[in-house]
Amino acid sequence: MADAARRNDGPVDDLGAPLGDAGSRTSGADGEDAGPGRPGPGAGRVSRTVLAAADIARIVSRMAHQILEKTSGGADVVLLGIPTRGVPLAARLAARIHDVEGVAVPTGSLDPTMYRDDLRLRAVRPLRVTDIPDGGVDGRVVILVDDVLYSGRTVRAALDALAEYGRPRAVQLAVLVDRGHRELPIRADYVGKNMPTSRRESVAVRLTETDGADAVLIVSPDGPAAPAAGAGR
Amino acid sequence: MNRHLLSTADLRREDALLVLDTAEQMARLSDRAVKKLPTLRGRTVVNLFFEDSTRTRTSFELAAKRLSADVINFSAKGSSVSKGESLKDTALTLEAMGADAVVCRHPASGAPHRLAGWVRGSVLNAGDGTHEHPTQALLDAFTIRRRLGRLDGLAVTIVGDVLHSRVARSNVWLLHTLGVKVTLVAPPTLVPHGVSAWPVDVSYDLDAVLPASDVVMMLRVQQERMSAAFFPTEREYSRRYGLDADRAATLPEHALVMHPGPMVRGMEISSEVADSARSTVVEQVANGVSVRMACLYLLLGGAYERDEREVTR
Repeated sequence: MADAARRNDGPVDDLGAPLGDAGSRTSGADGEDAGPGRPGPGAGRVSRTVLAAADIARIVSRMAHQILEKTSGGADVVLLGIPTRGVPLAARLAARIHDVEGVAVPTGSLDPTMYRDDLRLRAVRPLRVTDIPDGGVDGRVVILVDDVLYSGRTVRAALDALAEYGRPRAVQLAVLVDRGHRELPIRADYVGKNMPTSRRESVAVRLTETDGADAVLIVSPDGPAAPAAGAGR
Repeated sequence: MNRHLLSTADLRREDALLVLDTAEQMARLSDRAVKKLPTLRGRTVVNLFFEDSTRTRTSFELAAKRLSADVINFSAKGSSVSKGESLKDTALTLEAMGADAVVCRHPASGAPHRLAGWVRGSVLNAGDGTHEHPTQALLDAFTIRRRLGRLDGLAVTIVGDVLHSRVARSNVWLLHTLGVKVTLVAPPTLVPHGVSAWPVDVSYDLDAVLPASDVVMMLRVQQERMSAAFFPTEREYSRRYGLDADRAATLPEHALVMHPGPMVRGMEISSEVADSARSTVVEQVANGVSVRMACLYLLLGGAYERDEREVTR
């Protein structure tokens, strides 16, 4: 499924300090928001690992602490993951919160697909699981969890979907990666890693639960100009 | 997915499973307080019914409304059709009104297929003559999978007026695609010619088949389509091919009894069996809405790719 809107050409930004090795080939599936337009493995694209498994573990741990701090010990919190990779991330945050504070935070999933504003722009999307924990969302502090924050349109759709299930006291947003390029006035309350990217690139989050291993990769088009442009900034 | 839903014989296994998986998510919505979704806002669905059908039309109407589509009901009675308008002119009228989907029921087999060549929107076959009724088969498969947890490897027995039954035809193709072993049981006069080319076993002895059936699907005897005497008396039909409590007792413990409705109690199914715990008759109606929502979403929810070449005027 091609998504031309997300792959318009532009200069490749410098990434600051990449944490991992460069130049590994991409393969396998990637996050919905991370780069749905990416062609299959080996189709002339280069990826580099920017977060390794240990980095992700430390980030999730820190985010769990931040959630506890900001919500006064996780009172009334409900974690809702946005499929696909927001769901295991929500479960990991819940597990860390339990380790630290001993509270069991209700965790579920929320599929925003039928509330998206781009349904008519591409082939029909399969629906994912929505699973609201018993006890619902009324009067709770709902924290939406996603892997990559990009345009903000997924989160906008998720807010609409959430409203159908009740009226939370507050809604917050936790993302593993904020890659910029917002198209809507949406910002995350908890950010694992700010990662400036070019629109040409895509961010691929891999999680053990869905992809067999933990990593965050930046995938760039494999053009001769790409490394030069990156180094020149 | 194809652009139209005309026949279950056209559905590939992955398409059929996508419909069932999507319907599963739609079914979860009926648990929540607000059942409406904004997904098909601004799209128009026309229910074009040339045959009376309250349950199928209502089910499609509810499905479209839950997805926020605008619904227009167009029935043959009291419309331009009763004044002699042809199917094609009706189709061109709907086309001019900008219908995104046409749900068509027609007494002539193949009418929705013809319609699909005249309109740009998607056509959903809601039953054509004695040909097919795809959404009924999809909701039957969905009901079986929900109750028994799987489809692959099950044995489904379809009993009764197979000759006149579009439900049976749609189920045969769909269930075969999904890995189900299908057995048809009917009086020899109600078994269609050419059945040897279908992927089914045929039996004339219901009692022999029941103990090995995971699902038994009873069909209504369609008196209104019968132009000749296919069996001596209703009583004899009921004695040999009706499902009563004694017969149902020979089914395996987990086995389901299904009926597409409307039922003729005392003819093909006894009240005792129809109201028993293994009967899925009421569930089938509820599941019908979920499955039709799934079909409408999958046909209308994505990019609207109108292929001009497919429109033959």
